[in-house]
Amino acid sequence: MDLTTLTIKELSEKLRKKETSSVEATKAYLKRIEAVEGKVHAFVTVTPDEALSMAEAADKRLAAGQGAPLTGIPIALKDIFCTRGVRTTCSSKMLEGFVPPYDATIARKLKEAGAVILGKNNMDEFAMGSSTENSAFHKTLNPWALDRVPGGSSGGSAAAVAALECAASMGTDTGGSIRQPASCCGVVGLKPTYGRVSRFGMIAFASSLDQAGPLTRSVEDAAIILQAIAGHDPSDSTSIDTPVPDYLASLNKSVKGLKIGIPREYFIEGMDPEVEGSIRKALDVLKSLGAELVEVTLPHTQYAVAVYYLVATAEASSNLARYDGVKYGLRTKEAGGLLDMYKRTRDAGFGDEVKRRIMLGTYSLSAGYYDAYYKKASQVRTLIKNDFDEAFKSCDVIATPTAPSAAFKIGERVEDPLTMYLSDIFTISCNLAGIPGISVPAGFTKENLPIGLQLLGKSMDEETVLRAAHAYELSGGWLGRRPTL
Amino acid sequence: MKFEPVIGLEVHAQLLTDSKLFCGCSTKFGSEPNTQVDPICLGMPGVLPVLNRKAVEYAIKMALAVECEVNRKSVFARKNYFYPDLPKGYQISQYTEPIAERGCLEIEVDGVKKTIGITRIHMEEDAGKLLHGEGPEDAGFSFVDLNRTGVPLIEIVSEPDIRSADEAQAYLKALRDILIYLGICNGNMEEGSFRCDANVSVRPVGAEKFGTRAELKNMNSFKFVKEAIDYEIQRQIDLIESGGKVVQETRLFDSAKGITASMRSKEEAHDYRYLPDPDLLPLMVSDELVSEVRSTLPELPRAKRERFVTEYAIPAYDAGVLTASRDLAGYYEQVVSETGEPKLSSNWIMGELLRLLNEEGRDVKDCPIPPSGVADIIKMVKGGQISGKMAKEVFEEMYRTKKAAADIVKAKGLTQISDEGELAKIVEEIVNANPDNVAKFKAGKTNVIGFFVGEIMKATKGKANPGVINKLLKEKLEA
Repeated sequence: MDLTTLTIKELSEKLRKKETSSVEATKAYLKRIEAVEGKVHAFVTVTPDEALSMAEAADKRLAAGQGAPLTGIPIALKDIFCTRGVRTTCSSKMLEGFVPPYDATIARKLKEAGAVILGKNNMDEFAMGSSTENSAFHKTLNPWALDRVPGGSSGGSAAAVAALECAASMGTDTGGSIRQPASCCGVVGLKPTYGRVSRFGMIAFASSLDQAGPLTRSVEDAAIILQAIAGHDPSDSTSIDTPVPDYLASLNKSVKGLKIGIPREYFIEGMDPEVEGSIRKALDVLKSLGAELVEVTLPHTQYAVAVYYLVATAEASSNLARYDGVKYGLRTKEAGGLLDMYKRTRDAGFGDEVKRRIMLGTYSLSAGYYDAYYKKASQVRTLIKNDFDEAFKSCDVIATPTAPSAAFKIGERVEDPLTMYLSDIFTISCNLAGIPGISVPAGFTKENLPIGLQLLGKSMDEETVLRAAHAYELSGGWLGRRPTL
Repeated sequence: MKFEPVIGLEVHAQLLTDSKLFCGCSTKFGSEPNTQVDPICLGMPGVLPVLNRKAVEYAIKMALAVECEVNRKSVFARKNYFYPDLPKGYQISQYTEPIAERGCLEIEVDGVKKTIGITRIHMEEDAGKLLHGEGPEDAGFSFVDLNRTGVPLIEIVSEPDIRSADEAQAYLKALRDILIYLGICNGNMEEGSFRCDANVSVRPVGAEKFGTRAELKNMNSFKFVKEAIDYEIQRQIDLIESGGKVVQETRLFDSAKGITASMRSKEEAHDYRYLPDPDLLPLMVSDELVSEVRSTLPELPRAKRERFVTEYAIPAYDAGVLTASRDLAGYYEQVVSETGEPKLSSNWIMGELLRLLNEEGRDVKDCPIPPSGVADIIKMVKGGQISGKMAKEVFEEMYRTKKAAADIVKAKGLTQISDEGELAKIVEEIVNANPDNVAKFKAGKTNVIGFFVGEIMKATKGKANPGVINKLLKEKLEA
């Protein structure tokens, strides 16, 4: 039996029944990585030795009957999470040799839960991008079609989960960076409520939007991981201090009577008919399960992309100022003075997209422009958030496509940043509002490319989002579909 | 034309918290470079700030002491600029919404009282330090020490209400006194725990519009603040009178030359691209916290000075000296409470005690004589057990040896003889042995009494109570 095809839930049960061991499972995954990584390129760093010793420790825990649901489960992390003693690059030349002396809070929590960390996944440099083509090291290819992108920025995580290189991976989502690649790779991607999961040790792109979450092969697995990583962290002042519910307890509850909002603004003319068709069918499935479909309106949707690219780039321009060649990371050698060192280091260390966003953000914060750009964007952001508050008065979750199209071809949008930015058109509002969202597989195009259904929930109501997604997943008929590599 | 200067001051005060503003590192001064740092104050990737509650309390304390309104909501903002002593590439500060606004401070120059408005107080983190290599091996290199990075500061911004360098100095001193009284800043200008920048402009007397200002930096003593401002005022007046124009710029004070020189022009000024820090929630200060902090406020220098004058009926000058520090004022009050002699206590502390302390540059906190020791001396003099002259000798001995006054007096046999019976015998002997002088006295040469006193002092080794001798002598000689 191939252990790499199991969900976390299934593997966890086998481990607990001693039908297999974490070392065996870890070895199976390492073998799989060796076999397919040459095609997919989902990892920046693989850490077999560390993984095997974590697996041994997990087996001891399991033998002592002290296993948690994640104990012994081989997973991966987007290379944006700091890992003590293991280099953390953010797929940037700037941090190519950076080895953090600390763990991100979620890395620590996952380790404490007994998860085995196989390595670090590729991503768009500093999480800026929608295709993982902006990695400074290599492109990650979509396991469903190797000439296509896996989405981004957590493209390495999504591809690795789809290609059975890990049971799950942790990603981050600033404007759709978990959900959009999940959609492109046919896996589940959950972005929790802003503040539900600690951001400490997660390298910042846009601090008021960034949120970590799992990419998994089932909704249930996403709930298992969220259970392990959610909760208040005294090291993150923006993390929310309310009790974490039991996400698995409500997962199997019926969706009968659940009100699903369909936002008028998200089903527009010119939409990819295959995507629209799949989403309409998915909604029919939910309806057949007893859910009620209601039309809602999110009138400020059209401003979301503009607001996002002002807020996110402004914060990024400040967050990325620390990469200056002084303390850690890259420093060019030939510099002739301080200013020259800054310029050369940042020129050599950052890729084009990162530079583009730093410049955009610097501009919008500049004296004389702040009011017209950053401040105005912050105000419109509030309106977008109000839209959701209003819409959630008449529904429990909101359903939309995750992405306007299935995975596009490698290189197709590289020269056209604006089209690339529109890849996130359906996912961005969720981050601006700080609410939870999930992408769950909802069909395939004629070319056998995955399509994702996005479900958005009320702030802190991951339970309902997971419940609806789980109900759909069980009846939708796509669970367990895997690419052939 | 006559000109008047318009001055506003920006004061940075380092808060005496044990740990930094956003992480747990120590704030101790003078440690080996980069030994008080962690991933947070080093600005490593992914780290986040967590606000120090103590620093907030200290800022509120200062706000209340200078009668500011404490804002129930304030916002931390990022001030973005590149410099090697600023690891994150931005300083966390407060910008449009500071923790406190609209306060005031009363100052006094040459007996004239004046109120200086305080625009705002905001909280921010300090930057690190650069050390530039000077030796043959490290010339051309700069070294970064990040121990100070993240140490909490408050910036206190005054209104442009100050009209002279003397007023500026008085304002600074008053501010510093308060900070030290509150125990929230050590006020050390040389170590940089108390720093001041000055905005200086001049305008024709009677004009309403402000002139163009220059910002003065690098004044690390009260003396330099005065010198720099005086120089700058004159420079601007000379410039205008010779047909020139003052330009808005930042100027550095050169203490060796006693001049200010341009550092950067308005055009070269940084655009700090402030934005609200998304890593920190707005700081919400509850009414409870404000009243809790208010209840811990000590009596402030000005109130204490005024109380000393009315309660103890001592001169304003004495009150000023005695309230220069909270410790000295407390010391004085303890002495008074034991002696019931406000003026005598003031004389002893200002005269003898401060002289001895100042000789050694010692603080009253480390004074070898406790307040009860000073009280003992005063009581002994008052009770006639020792003379004023003896008392000074005993006092110095107490200071040197930390022994109690009574023990020193006993050991030295210094007890004054005030017993009339005992002294009467000696008086009788001396009078009987000097009939010539008795005759002189009787003939009207009353000043020979000095001779008799001297003889009696010789006989008693100076221990006789002069008051008692005088009385007995008069009785004897006039009999």
